Amino acid sequence: MKEINELNLPEELMYSDDHEWAQKEDAVITIGITDYAQDQLGDIVFVEMPEIGDSFAKGDEFGTLESVKAVSEVFIPVGGEVVAVNEDLEDSPELVNEDPYTNWIIKIKPVTDNEFQTLLSREKYLQLLKG
Amino acid sequence: MRYLPHTDEEIREMLAVTGHERLSDLFRHVPEKCRFRGEIALPNQLSEWGLLDHFRHLDQSIATTSTRAVLMGAGSYSHYIPEVVPGLVHRSEFVTAYTPYQPEMSQGTLQGIFEYQTLTARLLGMEVANASMYDGASALAEAVLMALRVQRKKNTVAISTAVHPHYRQVVRSYLQASLYTVIELEVGEDGRTDFSPLQGVDDLAAVAVSSPNFFGIIEDLEEAAESIHDAGGLFITCFTEPFAYGLYKNPGQCGADIVCGEGQSFGMPQSFGGPGLGMFACKSSFQRNLPGRLVGQTVDLDGRRGFVLTLATREQHIRREKATSNICSNQGLCAMTAAAYMATLGRTGLKKVARLNFDKAAYLKQKLCDSGAQLLFETAVFNEFALKFPSDFAPVRERLLEKGIIAGLELGNFYPEYKGAYLFCVTETTSKEVLDTVIEEAGK
Amino acid sequence: MTQGPGTSGLILEEPLLWEKGKPGRSAFSMPERDVPETPIPMDLAGDGPDFPDLSEVDVVRHYTRLSTWNFGVDTGMYPLGSCTMKYNPKINEKIASFPGLSSAHPLLEESLCQGNLQILFELQQYLAAITGMDAVSLQPAAGAQGELTGMLIFAAYFRSLGEKRIKILIPDTAHGTNPASAALCGFKPVSLKSGNDGTLDATVVKELMDEETAGIMLTNPNTLGLFEESIREVADLVHAKGGLVYGDGANMNAVMGIVDFKRCGVDVMHLNLHKTFSTPHGGGGPGAGPVCVVEELKRFLPVPRIVEQDGRFVVEHDYPDSIGRLHGFFGNYGVLVRAYCYIRAMGAAHLKKASQLAVLNANYIRQELREALDLAYDKPCMHECVFSDKSLHKYKVSTLDLAKRLIDHGYHPPTIYFPLVVPGAIMIEPTETECREDIDQFIAVVKEIISEAGQDAEMLRQAPARTKLRRLDETLAARKPCLIG
Repeated sequence: MKEINELNLPEELMYSDDHEWAQKEDAVITIGITDYAQDQLGDIVFVEMPEIGDSFAKGDEFGTLESVKAVSEVFIPVGGEVVAVNEDLEDSPELVNEDPYTNWIIKIKPVTDNEFQTLLSREKYLQLLKG
Repeated sequence: MRYLPHTDEEIREMLAVTGHERLSDLFRHVPEKCRFRGEIALPNQLSEWGLLDHFRHLDQSIATTSTRAVLMGAGSYSHYIPEVVPGLVHRSEFVTAYTPYQPEMSQGTLQGIFEYQTLTARLLGMEVANASMYDGASALAEAVLMALRVQRKKNTVAISTAVHPHYRQVVRSYLQASLYTVIELEVGEDGRTDFSPLQGVDDLAAVAVSSPNFFGIIEDLEEAAESIHDAGGLFITCFTEPFAYGLYKNPGQCGADIVCGEGQSFGMPQSFGGPGLGMFACKSSFQRNLPGRLVGQTVDLDGRRGFVLTLATREQHIRREKATSNICSNQGLCAMTAAAYMATLGRTGLKKVARLNFDKAAYLKQKLCDSGAQLLFETAVFNEFALKFPSDFAPVRERLLEKGIIAGLELGNFYPEYKGAYLFCVTETTSKEVLDTVIEEAGK
Repeated sequence: MTQGPGTSGLILEEPLLWEKGKPGRSAFSMPERDVPETPIPMDLAGDGPDFPDLSEVDVVRHYTRLSTWNFGVDTGMYPLGSCTMKYNPKINEKIASFPGLSSAHPLLEESLCQGNLQILFELQQYLAAITGMDAVSLQPAAGAQGELTGMLIFAAYFRSLGEKRIKILIPDTAHGTNPASAALCGFKPVSLKSGNDGTLDATVVKELMDEETAGIMLTNPNTLGLFEESIREVADLVHAKGGLVYGDGANMNAVMGIVDFKRCGVDVMHLNLHKTFSTPHGGGGPGAGPVCVVEELKRFLPVPRIVEQDGRFVVEHDYPDSIGRLHGFFGNYGVLVRAYCYIRAMGAAHLKKASQLAVLNANYIRQELREALDLAYDKPCMHECVFSDKSLHKYKVSTLDLAKRLIDHGYHPPTIYFPLVVPGAIMIEPTETECREDIDQFIAVVKEIISEAGQDAEMLRQAPARTKLRRLDETLAARKPCLIG
């Protein structure tokens, strides 16, 4: 497992306290899991994703990540409708371990702008991890 | 007692280590109000000799296929079991092992189950098979639950009334505490399931059909697949007699989505109905919804081929209440038995034995019809068929019983509308001599 | 150095079945054709499956070689916690293969199978006597199916009262089958946190038990090997709110003739005949999971039931309140016969002695290893003892490494990483059929491995080294599932 100072946490992203990241580009928000989350899970063997068109409220479970002997739910940091899922992960779930930022999980169209604003900055997320 | 190795002296020494004076002190913390009072009320202990005597006595009171001919199937079949099958599978390295949680010391079981999964998938024409369920009946219940998971928001399941009545009862038991609806599909005059009522069922999750069905009839699975898929349902087929696929098209070829059934015919003694084997296979797109254990191929640290339990995140020990099934122990040794049996037969052997079953059943069927019996349904069968008789068959059956032949199963207990009709089964183990005796008595 | 029975043996390679053979070979003794051929309907005919054709010797060598890659109770000590890997008597195998028992058709008329029915009837009575409960169904094919049966009985009971109960209390130490079985019956599991001493805290039950809750599922002794001393109090609390108590009998081997489950307040329980009652596990099954109930719930038991009427044994279906059928026929009959044999061979006194010795063996191991390993809960145990991985941290080795190194020394590892409440759990259940020398040797080997960890931790991380294969890549197996060849 990585030490906290070894984690890759890009400055330009926003973070949730459930260890997801979000990035806003125009009207679409891209969502994935953080380096910390992938490191805790270990070798990811399967990513269960929602279908395009599914809608979730902030904090809802939108999928699961599986390692050999554990299942972790992923929670949506911003409510909205799914407009894209990363199909590469269906056959190559290990991409999330290799680079959890390039390898996003879903893209959504948010219901409101406000929820994105309430997410954590890199600095605040780091504080959360340090406890 | 020979199963308890401790000498009195060892017990004293071990108690000294644990800090107790007597064995009963080990249970000091069990509250008085929970304690067993007195001794367990059981008959006297028997020696190994006494046990054998007791069972020999019981054994003689039982009518068995070894002393009589049983022309009865209905979910339990008498097939010849080559000595190599029990001789190998009963090796204690297989029998006395637990579930293969430690793959490095369970490669025998794991490779054996992987081979079972493969042969099962090939037999049924499916893409994946699991490591077994309890029996054909619970496998069908699990297939229905799986179809409901795959189909998410649909809540209705249809089952043919020609599916084994006990299997239908088990499905109802499994679903009784849930909110799903089960409807039944009647059979038409040809003994095949009538799918026309499916039109107009709008939340149809799945339809379950058996082929051969309880009356021995081969269903038109290709037509069934079309009707069911048109109605938006998944197509579940089940079976009680896997030998039929040595002769007839397999369910996968005909468009089935999930196939399950009873594998007792493949090397397991009838054993008063258990242990048998729940065989379970499906299309690979549903594999993450499969119930039960799965063995997968992988490599070891040196890159050599090996086998492990896999996709365990579906299962109860990881996903708990969200698991695809509550099953833990399955019928592992029975799966090994079936694999060894399929290996013993080979494709050539399976086809030959299946053909012999068909021909022997056809012989008895034809001869009984020649002497006045009437087919309940005039459609193709495998090794079972149902007959009506011009006069009461019970006295004939009684006379045959005295000659050591159990001729057919009366259908009234299963289908009141067919009271007086009998379901016969003929396998490769029944000689022409026995069949001729039945024919002769029936003609009197 | 301490020497266990492990060594590198004579290991032969063996391909998969379909990598052997030649079309046209056969290992099946084909019966004589004494009837003419009848034409088959061509539109339905198939071509037969793609099975390999093998000779009898091909098949014999194949399975014999596979068997040498396996380890069973007959090979050596198998202290797999919660699984009760005791000796499986040979005489039981022989008796189960008697022709009357092994060849009987399950739909024989009662007059032709009195012996079969008698065995079932008497086994029901024996299991009732052993647990203290009133009535028994032998149908469930395994423990989890027994749990399902029990939960269906719960649901039927509340339905009969016109009550809607949607929750069920389950301790966090429970087997995963408990919540999975409850969920199948529409009950939402509510997890109960174990107290600081590893057992249930009655005040937690009091807080959570309400009129929407069907009751509680508990395992006693629990999966930490500890006796739930508050069970009667918990049962009273549950009953006071109209609920029922389910007892998971997976750990019955600790308490035969010692605990009366009806007196504990249990309403429904299952037994695992493949654990407590010595029937073999067969590499995963078949097992048997009979369900025992109190008189008030008897009417809900599965049908058919085997009852005695005027000295004859009959198969009764007419119970309108029954939850119905759970098995195609009578359950795993062959397994039931073996358990019957075991009970008759042991008798009341030796069943009790077996539990006492199982508990003695576990406490002895607990005492002898408490310095070397870290005890999860420092209190007397029942039939199994649970250690954490705390003492392994300083060597930077894991529970898994210790387990894999035990294989090299000739032992099946204990249950590991369960129950989840203990970090890196090592759960050791020796059972009563292990003798003192073997237990002493096991203890010495565990200590030896811990000293190996101090000297050469990498050796543990690389273990096992003496098996046919080294550690297997489970990640690859799950990422790219290959389930058939």
